[in-house]
Amino acid sequence: MDKLPLHIVRRPELDRVFGLLRDNAYTLIGPTRRDGVIQYSEIRSLADLPIGYSDRQAPGSYELVKSETPRCFGFVHGADSWKRFLFPPKRRVFGASRQAGPKTPFDIDDLRSPPPAYAFVGVRACEIAAIGILDKVIGSELLDPFYRQARDKMFVLAVNCIEPGGTCFCVSMNTGPRVTRSFDLCLTELGEEFGVEVGSERGAALFKQLTSRPATAAEKELFRLLLERASERMGRHLETEGLPELLRKSIESPRWQTIASRCLACGNCTMVCPTCFCYNVVDSTDLKCRKAERWRYWDSCFTLEFSYLGATSVRYEISSRYRQWMTHKLAWWHDQFGTSGCVGCGRCITWCPVGIDITAEAAGFRETAPPRAVPLTPQQQAMPS
Amino acid sequence: MIAVQDRASVVCHDSRPMVPVTATIVDIQEESSNTRTYMLQIDDPAMRSAYRFEPGQFNMVYVFGVGEAAISISSDPAHNEYLAHTIRHVGSVTRAIARMKVGDKLGLRGPFGHGWPISRCSGRDILMVAGGIGLAPIRPLIYAILANRGQFGRVVLMYGGRSPSDLLYQKELAAWRDDGQMDLLVSVDYSIAQWDGPVGVVTDLIKRLRIRPDRTSVMVCGPRMMNRHVTWQLLRLRVAPDQLFISLERNMRCGVGRCGHCQYGPKFVCKDGPVFSYESIREVFGKEEI
Repeated sequence: MDKLPLHIVRRPELDRVFGLLRDNAYTLIGPTRRDGVIQYSEIRSLADLPIGYSDRQAPGSYELVKSETPRCFGFVHGADSWKRFLFPPKRRVFGASRQAGPKTPFDIDDLRSPPPAYAFVGVRACEIAAIGILDKVIGSELLDPFYRQARDKMFVLAVNCIEPGGTCFCVSMNTGPRVTRSFDLCLTELGEEFGVEVGSERGAALFKQLTSRPATAAEKELFRLLLERASERMGRHLETEGLPELLRKSIESPRWQTIASRCLACGNCTMVCPTCFCYNVVDSTDLKCRKAERWRYWDSCFTLEFSYLGATSVRYEISSRYRQWMTHKLAWWHDQFGTSGCVGCGRCITWCPVGIDITAEAAGFRETAPPRAVPLTPQQQAMPS
Repeated sequence: MIAVQDRASVVCHDSRPMVPVTATIVDIQEESSNTRTYMLQIDDPAMRSAYRFEPGQFNMVYVFGVGEAAISISSDPAHNEYLAHTIRHVGSVTRAIARMKVGDKLGLRGPFGHGWPISRCSGRDILMVAGGIGLAPIRPLIYAILANRGQFGRVVLMYGGRSPSDLLYQKELAAWRDDGQMDLLVSVDYSIAQWDGPVGVVTDLIKRLRIRPDRTSVMVCGPRMMNRHVTWQLLRLRVAPDQLFISLERNMRCGVGRCGHCQYGPKFVCKDGPVFSYESIREVFGKEEI
């Protein structure tokens, strides 16, 4: 820790950072207080941050409250995530136009406005991990040029979490609370001042223009203690050892029905998840059928339409849809992308209207060994597996 | 990225996989009361001649302003001038196609996915089992096998349809039966007076056949229950799990493993399939509502 390259800047320097980023044509997006929650939106100065607010999160419950300490980042994330900027919930895929009826050829344009250069302010370790996962899923220029470009341009002004939320479990997922990668500058609130770490050349270029001093040994120790304490105060814990195998073995467990008896299939968990990537497309035309468009929208595996095939849906039961979501996130994601799909941010727990807790449900599968599958099929009866 | 590598075979718009190219309907064949085969020609001559597909791959067929449907390519892979798509008119997109005529324009993206692994089956007996419209993705396989007939042992097609009038490609079925290059067993669920073939489910046909399990590769495409029972029956006859291939169907929006709709356990049907060896999906195959 003694070698920790930590610098100290005074709080007003943050306004300088914002100004310098704006001078470099960045669009600043940071936490703001809107409708009683933390929402990421455009900010201009320190005054736009929800200073002195803190959040209380629990399964199915979220509350933003005035806190005694006037910290700039005294809350964790709300329902919103940076995914909304990199992979917008609604986006035009292409437009098609033709001069006359169905026999006339049509032209297709996929003109896309390039994304702005975003500077994300207050990005937490779990959220950086989430962006890292999205990189593996949609990071190729071919699959989504908008994502790739936005991703390459973005400036990450990260913040270390020193006060985790009530539904946080980043320690379990090994994604936090300390920011260790993929950032330009990282802030840690040390009283009235910020500890600053530099994570990239872009970050270093900006940092050079700030008034700073090296951190003292005491400040470095405080930094260490704050992050250590944060690690110990996680609101939730998820045991990941052997979890993918456990879920794979539990595909036919009756537990899914137990969870489904509470699940409303509302899809909130998928909408707030910073790594859920599924989308739907919607086509439309004008009344003359001369101009058509295709739009892409975030989709959720909890809708009946998601698995629609022929005349019905493959995942008709809510239990199958919850199973798809959770098994995908915690097991099959490993096969597909070489990582878990969960970063331990806890959004799906907080924003579930009935408070279903993915960590508790996963632990539930451990409590009872998955019941022995009843041999239903001739294959199971006849085939040695 | 994995996805890019997987899409190396996409010819239409290599650089814009999400954008269709236009194609013209050059011929429409009536197959049954609700199914027709559309011959499509890609409008751009350069793209048309560069287009290659493997038997078992599919295209996303786009109707202006209505949407897209994943349709397997059912013509001979040796010819790319015209691409056949056999379409049952059941959904909003396919019903819009039903209203279209020769000369009308459609959009096309593809080909997508991995087809039947014919190259791995050289020297082996081939058993193809198709149900209903499941014969469509098998037809290019038949063309490819017949074009290199000497490379394979015994070749059998089992085909089950709802009724005699629901059977696809009837002229070709007759020709395949007559030329003796492969054995053809066709059954129907419901008979009519003129039908003199077997009546029942396609799985019953398997009992009529003595297969050599150690040297037979099986290609299956049909409704979910048919796939399931055919697979189990053949596994019980000791066909190797890695020589049993099943083509699956799912809701699809993109074709390149991005939209998430076609997930089947750890697989994306569009890019990892639609043809899978039983071995590669045994963990979820036959499980309800996966």
